[in-house]
Amino acid sequence: MSASAAKGAVAAAPRPRRRLHWTLVLPLGWLSLVVVLAITADWIGLPDPSAQELILRRKPPSLEFLLGTDNLGRDMLSRVIYGARTSLIVGICAPVLGFLVGGAIGMSAGYFRGKVDMLAVGFIDILLAFPSLVLALTFTAYLGQSLFNVTLALGILSIPAAARVARANTLAWANRDFVLAARTIGASDWRILTREILPNLLPPMFAFWLVAISVIIVAEGALSFLGLGIPAPQPSWGGMIADGREALDVAPYTALIPAAVMFATVLSLNFVGDMVRNMVDPRRSAL
Amino acid sequence: MPWLARQLVRLVVVLFCVTLLTYMIVNILPGDVAIVILGNLATPQDIAGLRADLGLDRPMLVRYFDWLGSALSGDLGRSYRNGEPVVQAILDRLPVSLQLMVMAQVIALGIAIPVALLSVRRPGGLFDRISASAAFGFLAMPNFMLGIVLIYLFSISFDLLPATGFTPMSEGLWDNLESMILPSLTLGLIEWTVLMRVLRSDLLTTLKEDFILLARAKGLPPWRVLLQHALRPSSFTLITILGLNIGGLIGGAVIVEQIFALPGVGRLLLGGIFNRDLILVQGTVAFIAVGFVVINFLVDMLYAVLDPRVRHVRFRS
Repeated sequence: MSASAAKGAVAAAPRPRRRLHWTLVLPLGWLSLVVVLAITADWIGLPDPSAQELILRRKPPSLEFLLGTDNLGRDMLSRVIYGARTSLIVGICAPVLGFLVGGAIGMSAGYFRGKVDMLAVGFIDILLAFPSLVLALTFTAYLGQSLFNVTLALGILSIPAAARVARANTLAWANRDFVLAARTIGASDWRILTREILPNLLPPMFAFWLVAISVIIVAEGALSFLGLGIPAPQPSWGGMIADGREALDVAPYTALIPAAVMFATVLSLNFVGDMVRNMVDPRRSAL
Repeated sequence: MPWLARQLVRLVVVLFCVTLLTYMIVNILPGDVAIVILGNLATPQDIAGLRADLGLDRPMLVRYFDWLGSALSGDLGRSYRNGEPVVQAILDRLPVSLQLMVMAQVIALGIAIPVALLSVRRPGGLFDRISASAAFGFLAMPNFMLGIVLIYLFSISFDLLPATGFTPMSEGLWDNLESMILPSLTLGLIEWTVLMRVLRSDLLTTLKEDFILLARAKGLPPWRVLLQHALRPSSFTLITILGLNIGGLIGGAVIVEQIFALPGVGRLLLGGIFNRDLILVQGTVAFIAVGFVVINFLVDMLYAVLDPRVRHVRFRS
């Protein structure tokens, strides 16, 4: 009870309401807009996001340039939209990687227990022993900067969290009667893991995946902001904020626009993630 | 005390693995360290010379134990760029980072505790709902974004505080604090949200306990019940979260030091990465990771001191 009471304003709504609430409509609308624009970016007649036009640098938002131009005269709208593509690719793919590896580790640990569990928990503990941003920085610094390597590094970072979720849920399901029944009729460990336990792991893993997307988008932004994420001409929200920081006194919108877009996206993901998590497991919504 | 002994063994094992992993990241990943340092135009002779210099022609594990041995005696090697001992470089910059993190933590607790106390007075009330929404909003703000927004508001629009730069404490306490306010606010304004939520939820649980009912029945005023009876037993999770969040705080400090040009350990690390100064990077990452592990260990210990039940259950499973 205290757990559900601890939720933010969203979940605090006491009565279940069928009517769609604005805290759901707005985030879903914004996310759909971002996704659709990111997918269709090539076909909606946007100017090249990397084309520089120094004469037109730092133009404030106008009819010609809806969101203005940046320090190098590149169209901000186009860069924000192509940046969304970058954020979404990293944000969606990195947790998938983490979940495939971490999920397998966590499931084996929770199912086989004993030595496997000890090894897995030790491995998780060691990955968690690094401040994650420092680990991500070090990985990308040595792997080299590219979209693929950033995704890979952030994917590795999401392994421990995914493994924990998978392990905790496997532990909870592995002793249920239907698993015992499957074992009694002679099902193999593989079959029990994939047919009996895995389907039950998917809802909590999905809820966690939504949270992971927003965490990873922020992490990619941080890496790119520091100049260690997506390499320069390719647009990324974090990189745009870093570029805009140099002109904060003369053209603040070059930093504030990508910042606002990123904020709206992360906030929307958190709203949706929270809602899904409450649907999947109302008890675990304390944090 | 077997519990303490087990924890100490675990600490040593984790520390060993963490330093080994640090060493491996820097030494195993694709790209020859010597080529990375010298650049693509280096001649094979140069590369071979540097490899021998760095001892790279020996097996990695041998090199790791060499490095670990000197690290244990307080020697992390010298920067490949300017010959400065890495330990000295870290110690020079550590006070700035520590001050930043402590100030951020103080700001976070300074907001979180009063807000949590005020919102449990009437759960679901106006203040509770506003503070929950504010927390939800701040939580969605990446620190690099909040830093930029704060600079825009306080340095550019109102010209109240310096945007970048650092004044050491030796040149005046006020000037020093002035240069640290925005950086610490950047971290603290995000951190308080998590602390407030945890404390609020624990306070609500505590307020249902019998001893609170007793305190109320004695006729104590509500604020005394909250402060003297409910706060302390509700702060265990808060302490754990404080420890767990230090990782995020360290990462945040790296970014904030870069935004505000503070000469801290994070900026040292970034400089090392940009300059390809591998020995410096290796030493700094190992230092940060070891510090993080040790702090978490101390927090666990503190938790056990405050709540004896912890010693008897397997915790953090």
